[in-house]
Amino acid sequence: MVAAADPRQAVIWAALDEIPDPEIPAISVVELGVIGGFSFEPNGQGGERLTVDLLPTFVGCPAIDMMRHQVGERLRGLQLADEVDVRLSFVVPWTSDRISPEGREKLRASGFAPPAPILVGAPSVPDGELLTMASVVTCPYCGSRNTTLENPFGPTLCRAIYHCANCRQPFEQFKAV
Amino acid sequence: MSVADVPPTEASREALAQLLLGIADDEFVIGFWDSEWTGIAPMLEEDVATSSISQDEIGHARALYELLAELTGDDADAIAFGREPDAYRHAALMNHPRTDWAFTIARRYLYEIADAVRLEALARSSYAPLAQLAAKMRREERYHLMHLDTWLRRLAADDNGTERLAAALRGLWTDALAIFAPIADEALLVQRGELPEPMAALRARWLEQVTPVMAELGLPGPTPEDLSAGIDDGRTRRTDDFRWLHGEFTMVAASERGATW
Repeated sequence: MVAAADPRQAVIWAALDEIPDPEIPAISVVELGVIGGFSFEPNGQGGERLTVDLLPTFVGCPAIDMMRHQVGERLRGLQLADEVDVRLSFVVPWTSDRISPEGREKLRASGFAPPAPILVGAPSVPDGELLTMASVVTCPYCGSRNTTLENPFGPTLCRAIYHCANCRQPFEQFKAV
Repeated sequence: MSVADVPPTEASREALAQLLLGIADDEFVIGFWDSEWTGIAPMLEEDVATSSISQDEIGHARALYELLAELTGDDADAIAFGREPDAYRHAALMNHPRTDWAFTIARRYLYEIADAVRLEALARSSYAPLAQLAAKMRREERYHLMHLDTWLRRLAADDNGTERLAAALRGLWTDALAIFAPIADEALLVQRGELPEPMAALRARWLEQVTPVMAELGLPGPTPEDLSAGIDDGRTRRTDDFRWLHGEFTMVAASERGATW
């Protein structure tokens, strides 16, 4: 990891925070928690390589290649290192608990219920008996808790579909995983 | 026992590659079979769910093919799309077409439990890249298992559903047991901790989980003949149904080998 004193660290986080999630553009890749970390190392040719770990939300997320490309392009544009390598990593599993408080609020404001916190076992596998998706989800439009799960699978791998009985509005939830 | 205790050999690397290939092919082929329901599932919600589950499985296959490619120095796409049908190593359970909805649910239920048992073990693998990927996959698979458990019980709630599930299950037990077919040099993998337990132990745990559910729902469990049937060729036997599917999923890749976009 970059030492706290390295001024490049803040520049990189700020640049990454400007990259939207390709599928839910209201939230940045930093707020989504998919940036596992980054480090500067000698590239073996007298220069420096910036390596970024990208944590897929779902293993099969089809947006991950676009994220990888956008993160690489944005960081190369900063010219902080001679090379930029963005690699997919499962060393730390992405969980929905990695979404920041700001990210959760932005999800809600754009009509997505944020995932319920995973109370058990994270980052190890939660107990299969304690499915967090079964908990009550608050409607992002009217704030009612009178909602029902319509489908645990939605238009993308990371989304579930709910219905609000109060404002009669279907809405999506970012899945707790 | 861990990797540090027993150094890798040519044989242990080959065994690890075979393990990864079998799991990747299982996920890849079941993902393609079930994706055929997109647009024609029994209800709109199920169109979405089956498509999403299939996309998860093909995504898992991709990640596993990439692990394998790193190990063997091959190309993941070439492994996925460049082999002849007889070189695929999925369990015989995945040789069958999607058939009717009850068949799809019966097959998938047997597979999801097996996959859960397998992933729980692999998350303890001494081969860190596999353990990490398995831990991540388990978080997604619990949604699949819950969904399939719901469907199995829903179909088993009336006579028509029960009959259709029973008809499917009777012919599937030996092919499902093939998921745990022993692999060459498996003892080496177990010794090195790459496979934390022998396939026979995983098979026993799978049976402990699926058999009571079948009894509870009045569905046929495995017969003594099913349990004693030879499964040494369980990952090499291929069918014309699979050859047809292979033609479908390699069609684009075969139209322009090595193309990129």
